[in-house]
Formats: sequence, C-alpha cells, structure tokens
Amino acid sequence: MAQVVLKGINKFYDAVHAVKDVNLQIRDKEFVVFVGPSGCGKTTTLRMIAGLEVISSGDISIDGQIVNDLAPMDRDIAMVFQNYALYPHMSVFDNMAFGLKMRKFDKKEISRRVKEAAEILGIGTYLARKPRQLSGGQRQRVALGRAIVRHPKVFLFDEPLSNLDAKLRVQMRVELKKLHQRLGTTAVYVTHDQVEAMTLGDRVVVMKDGVVQQVGDPLELYNRPANKFVAGFIGSPAMNFASVTMADGNGRITAKNAGLEIEIPGPQAERLRAHLGQQLMLGIRPEDLHVARAGDPQGLTFNSRVEVVEKLGSEILLDVRVGEDAMVAAVDPATQAKAQDQLRLAVNPERLHFFDARTEAAL
Amino acid sequence: MIEGAKWRRWVYFYVPMAFFLLFLLFPFYWMIITSFRPDGELYRPWNSVNYNPFWTTKPTLEHVRYLFEETLFSAWLWNTTFIALISTAISLVCGVFAGYALSRLNFRFAGGLGTGIFITYLVPQTLLFIPLAEIIRNYNLGDTSWSLILTYPTFLIPFCTWLMMGYFKAVPKELEECARIDGASRWQAMLYIIIPVAIPGILSAGIFAFTLSWNEFIYALVFLSSPAQKTVPVGVTSELIRGDVFFWGPLMAGALLGSVPVAVAYSFFVEHYVSGLTGSVKG
Repeated sequence: MAQVVLKGINKFYDAVHAVKDVNLQIRDKEFVVFVGPSGCGKTTTLRMIAGLEVISSGDISIDGQIVNDLAPMDRDIAMVFQNYALYPHMSVFDNMAFGLKMRKFDKKEISRRVKEAAEILGIGTYLARKPRQLSGGQRQRVALGRAIVRHPKVFLFDEPLSNLDAKLRVQMRVELKKLHQRLGTTAVYVTHDQVEAMTLGDRVVVMKDGVVQQVGDPLELYNRPANKFVAGFIGSPAMNFASVTMADGNGRITAKNAGLEIEIPGPQAERLRAHLGQQLMLGIRPEDLHVARAGDPQGLTFNSRVEVVEKLGSEILLDVRVGEDAMVAAVDPATQAKAQDQLRLAVNPERLHFFDARTEAAL
Repeated sequence: MIEGAKWRRWVYFYVPMAFFLLFLLFPFYWMIITSFRPDGELYRPWNSVNYNPFWTTKPTLEHVRYLFEETLFSAWLWNTTFIALISTAISLVCGVFAGYALSRLNFRFAGGLGTGIFITYLVPQTLLFIPLAEIIRNYNLGDTSWSLILTYPTFLIPFCTWLMMGYFKAVPKELEECARIDGASRWQAMLYIIIPVAIPGILSAGIFAFTLSWNEFIYALVFLSSPAQKTVPVGVTSELIRGDVFFWGPLMAGALLGSVPVAVAYSFFVEHYVSGLTGSVKG
C-alpha cells in the first residue's frame, strides 16, 4: 500500500512563499499529475516528496510513515528527471544497476531486474552502450528503466517528456500510461503541459503561485473548472473569456456586452439571477462554438468578424473579433470562411461558464 | 573559413598564420640549432667557414654530453620531476575536495571562503618568499626537495580549487540527486559519479599544476643552494652561467631537454582532455 499524503505543506525560500498550504491524499496505485505554469510550485512540491528539498512546515507521509526527516534514499522512491540525469561514464546496464548496487543486491538479482526492465522498455539491445550513443527517446527509456528496477513504492516524474520532440512526446505518453497500467505503482508526475496532464492523470492537481487551484479527474477539471485560471489553463485552444453584464431582457436573463447578447437557459439563469446588473466573466470553449445554422435560436447566436483562419485538417480554428473581444472558434473542417468575413456564430447553451469578475471563482 | 577569392584566404589567413607559427616556433628551433652547433660557431661565428645562422654543417653532441656528464643535469631532472609530481598530487587531492565542497555544499561561509582562496592565489610569489624563507629555515627544510614540495601547494591549491570549483558547477546537480535517490551516500556519489564525470577537469588541473611547479623559479632559487638539490630552471641558469661566461651550448640543450617532460605530459593527456570536454552528455 503506497499512499502519499501531504498535510499542510509549505515551503519558504527566505521570504518567498513558494508552496502554500498544500493538502492532498494520493491513493495507492493512483497516477496524480501536478500541472501549472512555470514557478507555480509543482516541482518544489515534488522535490519535497522526494526529500531533495526540506519541508518548511507540514507533513508528508508515504505508506503511512511520516518521511519528513528521512533521506531520499530511505523513502523507497524512484525519480525520473527532465534531462534524464544518466551517468555519462557508465553503460546503460550500469546506469540501471547503480541503485541496486548501492543497496548491495547480489549480482544475479541485479542482472535479472535490469534485463526485465529493459525488456519492458524495449532497450534490451542497448545495454552495453553509453548514454552519449543513444537518442533522446532511448535515454529517456533508460532513465525510466533505472527507476523501474528499484521496484519503489512511488514513482516521481519531473517533466520527463519536456526534452523530447513533439511526435516522440505523444508516443512516450502512451507508453507511460501503458507502463503504469502494467506496473500499478503510485506515481506523482509534474508537467506544465496540460495535454499530458489530461491524458496521463487519474487525478490532476492544478497549481498557481504555490496554491492548489483545483484537484479532480481530468474531465471534471474540463467540464467544471473551479475558477477562471483552471478554465483557461485546461483545454486547447484555451477557453474564450469576455467581460459581460447580466441583464434582464424580456424576462430572460442575458449576458450582454458590446459584441453579443446571449440568453442563459433555465437552470443556470436561476442561479445567476442574484447577479443581475453585475459584471461577470463569461467563458466559452472554442469547441463549444459553431457556425450558426438555420435552426439555432436567435438568443444563442452573435456576430463576429473573421481575422485569421487556421486550417488544422481535423478542424478549422477561426480567430474572430466579437465586439471588443478576440475569440477562437473550433469549427467543422468543411467550413468555408476567409479573413474579413462577417460570420454568425452560435454557442452550445449547456457549455456556458461564468466567473466572478473579482474573485474569478466559478459561479 | 574565409570564403571568396583565393587571395583573401592567403592574405587574411595563411600569411598571418605563417608569421604566427614562425614567431612561436622559432625560439625552439634556435634552441635545437644552438644545442648542436660546435663551440667555434657559437662564440666566434665570423671565424667559422660557411657560417649560416640558421643551420650548422658540423653538428655535435658535445654539449649534450657535457650537460649529462659534467653537470648534475640528471639530478636536476630527477628533483624537478619528483617535486612536481608530489606537489601536483597534494594540490589535486585538496583542490578536488575543496572545489566540491565550495561548489556543492551550501554552508554559511562558502562564498567568502571561495573568494578568500582565490585572493591568496593573487599574492605574488616574489613577495611571499620572504616570510616563507623564514619558516623554511625554522623547520630546517632549507636545501631539500621538501622545502618546495610543501611550499608549492600555497599557489597550486588555490589554482586547482578554483579550476575544480568552476568545473563542478558545470556538472548538473540532477546527477548527484539521482545518485542520492538511488541509494548512494555523499561519499559514494562523489567517488562513483562526480569524480569520474569530472576527470577531464581533474586532468587539466593536474597538467596545469604540473607545469606551474615544473617552471617555478623563485622559491627554488631561494630555498635550494647545493647543486645536487637544484631543479632544472635554477640549475641550468645558475650552473651554466658562471660570472659573465654563458655556456650557450649546454644552456640551450638544458633548456630544451627541460621542456621535454612537460611537452610529453601535455601531448599524452590532451586527447583525454579534449574528448572529455566535448563528449560530456547533456542528460
């Protein structure tokens, strides 16, 4: 059983409060991803779990045991670094065997474990090579192998895919997921890439400026973001935001600004009635916008001017101007539109997000 | 490379390079020629037949023979090698440990100590030899190799520490962190990971330290007096220049042969050193 529990974790670098009161319970076998922009404290939190940073206050326990004062090597963890940190003067075999050698495993066991890990990762033929003779993807697999042979309680990943080219990154993402399904070891993964977070995590922890913004499974973060930051961070292209005033238009609640007036459907409208007359932030995801068709109700459409057309093949991204706001709409690849066109867009009424203008919390 | 018309390549590259090479290598050429020139051509060139300043038609091994048989050159060679090797070894050991500590361990005085060590390196030997001479005298180390072996580290250790500090800073921290997570104690991490990775730096520090101590003059001049104890730089200049008589032949031969070990050390290690620099792996 390898749960990781973080209770009230804080980290101070002199006067800088880098990590603020993080509380999290990671279940056994769970794959948790910490995601956020640079400097949000995710790597610092990971390093505190590893024991490479001293915890300023709070407790971390692994498998029920508080590990605050335990050295990294005594915590039964294995870490994969962003730039792999392979020992350049040792062969692949020795790199993977090093941890076991330090712990005085006997030669036969070391050989067995290394070969087993090499088999899983497909690097069996490279065991005699030195790191400088390997490609980026191969080096990364060796780094993974080095972690696997230790059979640790927890895997820690510090942005391991960031140094790979885009195509390899996609491939390795799938392999990592398969690896986790096969090995079932608890894993804590840090990345700034929200796509990695969504595809790999059983649960995702979004952080900003040292504070946890939201914890949940990927779809929950996507469908019900807790605040504007999470809404804008998760999902690509990012959610569109427009500042709107809540008005009463013919008995229906509407969100209104210079460029649009959208009628809010029933249940949501009732919840927002309390904010009549106030300014709120409206959020609409690009994929929830489409080109208005004959059957679309008038209250759910608005005019826009196309500025840039990005053809991706699977969809078309239209960068449009709605009143004073710039928005992105992800529309059907067959759409005929070109720059400077006037286009009427329609919005999916179930997919409107509203945020408080001051606190940015979801409403 | 210089592109364009051929004349450009000649004017901007080949010709300047030729001059540069000539300027650098000519002294060695002159030393070689002088070592094998007979005395007649050396002292009264206007009397010798077919005198050519750049060549000799009657080469002789007389000066080399004189150097080895009638001076204590072999003793000087031995002394210098012994002293250089031991002081380099002492300084490397201290330099590696000090460099590691100062670049990796975050203790309170790390920055100040680093600067302090560097500043001691700046104190000139031409000043330090005075108090050191007093100390050498008090410990009765005068006129022995140990007077040098124990005083050379005063400038070799700061130099090596400074070099190794810079080198260790370039070794990524993740390497050690990984070793620590893998189960290595700090000693084991240093022994199995850091030092092997830093070998090019250690080699270059060692080569420079060896050269510095081989060529050192002031301390050797002040602390050594009897001919049998002298080092090559001091011996060659003090024994082969008597009053105003310069024994050019043996002098040049001595200077030439005295540079050979350092040249050998460089050429032997340079391959290692360069391949170590370019072969380090990022990741």
